[in-house]
Amino acid sequence: MQVVEFIERVGAYILDSILALGNFALFLIRSLMYAVLPPYKLRLTLRQIRIIGAESLMLIVLISTFTGMVLGLQGYHTLHLFGAEDSLGTLVGLALVRELGPVLAALMIAARAGSAMAAELGSMQASEQIDALTVMAINPVQYLVSPRMIAGVVSFPILTVIFNVIGIWAGYAVGCGLLGASGGAYFNNLAANMSRHDVALTLYKALVFGVVVMSVCCYKGYHAKRMATGVSRATTEAVVLSSVLVLAWDYFMGSILL
Amino acid sequence: MNSESNGKQTANAIEVRALRRSFDHQHVLNGVDIDIPAGTITTIVGPSGCGKTVFLKHLNLLLRPDSGSIVIDGVEVTRLGARGLNSVREKFGMLFQAGALFDSMSVYDNVSFPLVEKTRLSAREIDERVRRTLAAVGLEGMGHKFPSEMSGGMQKRAALARALVTQPKILMLDEPTTGLDPTRTGSIHQLVRKTQQDFGLTAVVVSHDVPEVFSISDRVAFMHRGRMQLVGTVDEVMSSDDEDFKRFLAGRASGDDLESQVVS
Ligand SMILES: Nc1ncnc2c1ncn2[C@@H]1O[C@H](COP(=O)(O)OP(=O)(O)O)[C@@H](O)[C@H]1O
Ligand SMILES: [Mg+2]
Repeated sequence: MQVVEFIERVGAYILDSILALGNFALFLIRSLMYAVLPPYKLRLTLRQIRIIGAESLMLIVLISTFTGMVLGLQGYHTLHLFGAEDSLGTLVGLALVRELGPVLAALMIAARAGSAMAAELGSMQASEQIDALTVMAINPVQYLVSPRMIAGVVSFPILTVIFNVIGIWAGYAVGCGLLGASGGAYFNNLAANMSRHDVALTLYKALVFGVVVMSVCCYKGYHAKRMATGVSRATTEAVVLSSVLVLAWDYFMGSILL
Repeated sequence: MNSESNGKQTANAIEVRALRRSFDHQHVLNGVDIDIPAGTITTIVGPSGCGKTVFLKHLNLLLRPDSGSIVIDGVEVTRLGARGLNSVREKFGMLFQAGALFDSMSVYDNVSFPLVEKTRLSAREIDERVRRTLAAVGLEGMGHKFPSEMSGGMQKRAALARALVTQPKILMLDEPTTGLDPTRTGSIHQLVRKTQQDFGLTAVVVSHDVPEVFSISDRVAFMHRGRMQLVGTVDEVMSSDDEDFKRFLAGRASGDDLESQVVS
């Protein structure tokens, strides 16, 4: 009896998961499709870019500064053991450009702008504003989700580049300014060892993370349950799930592309 | 469908047959049959929780039925694809029970929204129509306010303005006067009647203002246990000796409101 019940429950769970995954895939495809089909929502898209940028920029500046400083500090002390302080620029730069820049930027944007997005769409769902769009024969995915997806695809690479640049300078400030590594070697080594491939990788990751974070946050908000805890739950799940997916995807892409 | 065989005057804007819908194990619509003649006001009354809102949301396919048919202007709509659905939905104006105003927009932008998005009217025409509609619901000069800055009654009137501004063929109002004082209730009723007459539109009104709302109604439907238990002209329904309806009229606030939910 118990075994049958257990199998039933596992089966139901797996079916639910597959169904949810299918729904999510459909949602993602529709939002991307409507993003390229007219009518274009240029003003809404620009507004979302402004919102994501405005909400995330200060956080990105702050986090990238400290990340770069920590990398400069730890990197200097480690390299000092081998007398290889001149390689500090390479260490800081590659760590940021290949991994930390896109990943940390994505996590920060998810925490700040993604959560706000999930909460906004969730409360629109709860108060039937999304239904109001539907009955006006306005496609709510095209009106609400697609502009946010485009905004993510545009904003994530920009914010990631900002993260990388500030991080590299912060590493320079600590490693060379405070601790005494050579400033000329920092940038020379960095320039010698960072390839076009690395720059492409950082942009590519940022682009993919933009789609992942925006689609998960929009999906969770859009499908918030109409009850008291629906919106807060959607917000939490949006941030947790998009963060996990960013990290998992980063490993996956890293192992394939590096 | 008898809408095609009948003459123009008696054509039905909406014909619903054997409409069923359940949520989980709760049968909310349990075989709804109703004809709504074009160019009339039909008022749906019934205890709260009996499925009035769910019924309205089926007419413009916001919710999909489990079975049954819905014919709007001679077109069976329950199996329409996205494009056909849009052309059906464009016939409707809908006031949601809780308003459903866009809270990121001012009242003015809320009311102009469907015109800006769905019509090719010039900016001047839109402005003129929005102002006229806001004035009609008693919100002149309030356009700059945001929904969160207004009372529930004002939000309801703003939402009513948004439903009216497109001059839809079919107007669905889910409790347009709940939460309004008696004077406002009267003026909203008159506004609905006047709009209906001016544009010859079909209106479906869900209301708890019994019997006040009957003065502007052509027909009344009493919804009970997931069905339209009584449908007819105001006189026919008021003179019927249906026990459930009498009990509903006598004590709408009493406990049997709750027991009306049919749970299997
Ligand atoms: N989306 C939904 N999911 C589950 N149950 C619902 C849903 N919408 C309505 N119901 C249930 O259907 C019944 C009728 O609701 P409603 O049509 O809102 O009643 P009313 O006549 O007061 O407008 C209620 O018991 C409600 O709980
Ligand atoms: Mg209701």
